[in-house]
Amino acid sequence: MNGLRKYSGLILAIVVVLALVAWPTINGKDITREVVFTMILSVALASSLNILLGYTGYVSFGHVVFFGLGGYVGFYLMAVQNWSLWPAMLAGGVASGTLAFFLGKAILRLRGGYFALATIGVNEAVRAFINNYKPFGGPVGLSLNFSVYQNYGGGAREALWLSFYMLAALTILVIIVSYAVRTSKFGLGLLAIREDEDAAEIMGVRAPNAKTWAYVLSAIFPGILGVLFFFKNGNIEPAPAFRLQLSIEMIVMVMLGGQGTVLGPILGGAGYQRFRGFLLTNPLFKNIQLAVAGFLLLIIVLFIPAGIIGWVRNRFPKLRRVLQ
Amino acid sequence: MIILQVEGVGKQFGGLQALSNVTVDLPQGEILGLIGPNGAGKTTLFNVINGVYEPSDGRIIFNGKDITGLKTYDVARLGLARTHQIVRPLNELTVRENVIVGACFGREDHGLAAAGAIADEVIEFIGLSVRTDQLAGSLNIGQKKRLEMARALAARPYLLLLDEVLAGLNPSEIAGMVEIVRKIRDRGITIIMIEHVMHAVMNVSDRMFVLDYGQQIAIGTPEEVANDPKVIEAYLGDPELAERLMSDAD
Ligand SMILES: Nc1ncnc2c1ncn2[C@@H]1O[C@H](COP(=O)(O)OP(=O)(O)OP(=O)(O)O)[C@@H](O)[C@H]1O
Ligand SMILES: [Mg+2]
Repeated sequence: MNGLRKYSGLILAIVVVLALVAWPTINGKDITREVVFTMILSVALASSLNILLGYTGYVSFGHVVFFGLGGYVGFYLMAVQNWSLWPAMLAGGVASGTLAFFLGKAILRLRGGYFALATIGVNEAVRAFINNYKPFGGPVGLSLNFSVYQNYGGGAREALWLSFYMLAALTILVIIVSYAVRTSKFGLGLLAIREDEDAAEIMGVRAPNAKTWAYVLSAIFPGILGVLFFFKNGNIEPAPAFRLQLSIEMIVMVMLGGQGTVLGPILGGAGYQRFRGFLLTNPLFKNIQLAVAGFLLLIIVLFIPAGIIGWVRNRFPKLRRVLQ
Repeated sequence: MIILQVEGVGKQFGGLQALSNVTVDLPQGEILGLIGPNGAGKTTLFNVINGVYEPSDGRIIFNGKDITGLKTYDVARLGLARTHQIVRPLNELTVRENVIVGACFGREDHGLAAAGAIADEVIEFIGLSVRTDQLAGSLNIGQKKRLEMARALAARPYLLLLDEVLAGLNPSEIAGMVEIVRKIRDRGITIIMIEHVMHAVMNVSDRMFVLDYGQQIAIGTPEEVANDPKVIEAYLGDPELAERLMSDAD
């Protein structure tokens, strides 16, 4: 019982994801599965970004680079080198984590807006590179042979369901990692950096190291997810892999739900994606959905900078234990 | 035993010589009062000692180790903690979390659980127990100064640098804080204390060290310093202060 209380924040977060996963599982519909797929993918991406943005206070505007790069590396291994999905996913995660490690050493010394700008530059540079990189198919990209899917449960439909449950498992793993970081000494160091980096260092927090590892952690999962996403997609091209819009949406999700909390990016990711789905199917908003996202970000920053969870926490301090 | 040696330290900001040729040895267990008019270079000396700035000249030896040019976090982990003249609370963290940061990343490098126990003890000692779960950003200035002290103490330092912890406090708070400073020294912690509240710093210091325009102009017991013509002259720009200095020494 005590343990339950202690982990109530984590349990609540996982229950939310499981509830989403249960929905298509129960009704068995492909369309529902697709809707929920994008929702929990957003949850996983937002929770990853939150480790850097929410806990450490560094705004990465180009975080999609890790999704794209990981996706490309894994996809290349599957499509050209005939690797199977699992090791390819791992390789995608390693590739993105490695990029973050070296990038971190170089650009994490920049503060505030300069760091944010540098991350956009990195994304554009990697995209330009891959656009011209022949082994990765240049501007055309790569595609998977349809027969590959037979190795994953028999046919394309089975492979889609399998991808869905893989994603669900990964998302829960991201949430556990996010929670573990949040409640660890390492995480406390990150929060201290977020609040006042110089003061944190003066108290002994090795900020350059801590920031780099936060960056690496926040990059690994997008890399893995990129492989899974493009595997399910069947092909990969530079434009969808390094779509800056996704970066911005990830920030909106984290901010909407509540940066720096475990539950915030989960609600933000799922909620935003649901909202976006509504915009996409609405003829009035279909073409201006990014503008709506920008407007939403503005509203959040101006009126509820702590996000939904942050707002509730401030309003009802008693709920702090649960809403971590 | 000498815990800190400042050897011929100078610091330049562009054309401004904020410190020149400062030399002082600090025996373990001493409270050294650091005084001087506004802009004399007191805070800069702290910044040079704990690694915020690298000195332009000279060396800093701490516990026999040359720490000149080390990063602040490395200096902190060697057992040197400080407070800030302009307080720097970690606003969105609670008082307790702030102090846990001090204990976690300080000299003893504790895990969260042990750091929590130290934090509770230090918070009690410094008199912030009723605020422990409050966000640091919501404290008033006196409480924030206490929080600075608590965080620094939780690191279990050998040497504590206090930058104007009495500024902005009312007389009874000052008396309480002076008592706390004495108790900290009784725990074996060496202290350098920058202070403008003359009677308090004269009262509590074993020795006083006076800076003026980045130059050290006097060092000695509070009486010696208060009667030093150079010190009186330095404070002539501030006659009121000179007067207070004189009367407090009597
Ligand atoms: N980072 C900096 N860059 C440029 N000049 C600085 C910097 N820090 C301090 N100074 C200058 O160095 C001189 C000494 O400043 P310092 O803050 O050390 O004085 P102080 O003795 O602590 O004064 P106070 O009693 O007002 O706190 C001042 O002229 C100040 O303007
Ligand atoms: Mg000062």
